[in-house]
Amino acid sequence: MEDLKATPLRAHHEGLKALMAPFGGWLMPIQYAGIIAEHKWCREQAALFDICHMGEFLFKGDIEAQGLENVFTFSVKGIPVGRSRYGFLLNDRGGVIDDLIVFRLAEDEVMIVVNAATIDNDFSVIRSRLRQDAQLTDVSAQTAKLDLQGPLSREVLVELFGSEIGAIPFFKFIKTRILGVDAIVSRTGYTGELGYEIFLPASKVTELWELLLKDGRVAPAGLGSRDLLRLEVGYSLYGSDLDEATTPLAAGLAAFVNLDKEFVGKDALLKERQAGAEKVKIAFRVNSRRAPRHHYQIFHEGAQVGSVTSGAFSPMLSCGIGMGFVKPEATALGSKLVIKHDKVEMEAVVVELPFYTGGSLRA
Amino acid sequence: MAVYFTKEHEWVRIEGTQATVGISEHAAHELGDITFVELPQMGKIVKQFDTLAGIESVKAASDIYAPVSGRVVQVNDKLEDAPELVNESAEDAGWICKLEAADSAELGALMDAAAYAEFLKGLE
Repeated sequence: MEDLKATPLRAHHEGLKALMAPFGGWLMPIQYAGIIAEHKWCREQAALFDICHMGEFLFKGDIEAQGLENVFTFSVKGIPVGRSRYGFLLNDRGGVIDDLIVFRLAEDEVMIVVNAATIDNDFSVIRSRLRQDAQLTDVSAQTAKLDLQGPLSREVLVELFGSEIGAIPFFKFIKTRILGVDAIVSRTGYTGELGYEIFLPASKVTELWELLLKDGRVAPAGLGSRDLLRLEVGYSLYGSDLDEATTPLAAGLAAFVNLDKEFVGKDALLKERQAGAEKVKIAFRVNSRRAPRHHYQIFHEGAQVGSVTSGAFSPMLSCGIGMGFVKPEATALGSKLVIKHDKVEMEAVVVELPFYTGGSLRA
Repeated sequence: MAVYFTKEHEWVRIEGTQATVGISEHAAHELGDITFVELPQMGKIVKQFDTLAGIESVKAASDIYAPVSGRVVQVNDKLEDAPELVNESAEDAGWICKLEAADSAELGALMDAAAYAEFLKGLE
């Protein structure tokens, strides 16, 4: 068994009797009260997630001269200071090394937020694409991240830390002081609800966690409910829906790829756009409460056309939902599918994303 | 009324020739939130330890095995819309189905409540 890393909040999770399990090399809380109860709490109140396992890199210098502008599928210098942007780090075949968010902290300073399991590889790939003397620092170990997500998250944070937070629009952030230290509060998240990601020094995270949980509107939520919340709004999970063999175009994420600029992997994407992808991402809805699960096979008109990459029972829709990659003939909206695994079999139909549209995301 | 358990964490309550079947509280807890119960067909005939029904939770899909042989004479159709009853009351209101069973000798292959409690301790 590999050595699992733990966040500074491990003892707090164990004190709350969380079910802990490995995720991306980390021992993380999967659930406290229960996955569906935590999911509901996030859709109705404010759920607190320990996301300290995710990685943060700081870049300082001239974005263009140091080579950062061509590292990702979007323009970094085009992000206004105080805004963030979602996109990809690709390999030269156009496959996704990681999906990430870049925060423009200042004219010459950005923070790159990456997935936990890919921190080391992302860092070396980004490093290798920059000029040798560029300043890129992995600050993951000293940087903590808590997500407060849900329709009540804004009023909770405003009452605790002031009205400035209440004015942050979607995909913008502020640099502020929390508990006497420098922090970044960003209006981003992974749930489809109004919510915030808070970055602060790891030494202060237990204090912030305890303070937020004193509020009756806030309850802790684990990675189990987080996975359900993100799937209901159609967000991809790296390692399941995205990987090094999958391009953002095949994954239906062309909106986060700017083909008018240079980046590693662009040539491969242009070729794929010409030839068409072998398999394309679809979303589908099951006609019962059965849950499709990762690796279940997808059939269309009697032939296997692909497989499931994410699936679950949706508490909001009261049926199974999922995403998968299939051959182009099975991608039209309304296409009838059969999902199979061993004796389990379920009928499904191709639908549009997101599955759930009632969230408070842009409230 | 005697209740017996299997190593696969089903329970069976025998009343005359009728056997009520469900999954144990321990199993329901381990599965987490239950989201779907695949009830058996009425009239289905099963042998002891055959697959009887299916159950899905937020974590996994599992089979439910017949603790005793018999014929399905009733199913708990409340579970179709409210499978969470199994989490709330696994060994009572969350029963899965009733079998018309005959062979009391089969109970020898099961555990009584005390033996099952010991068995669970061994799993810790």
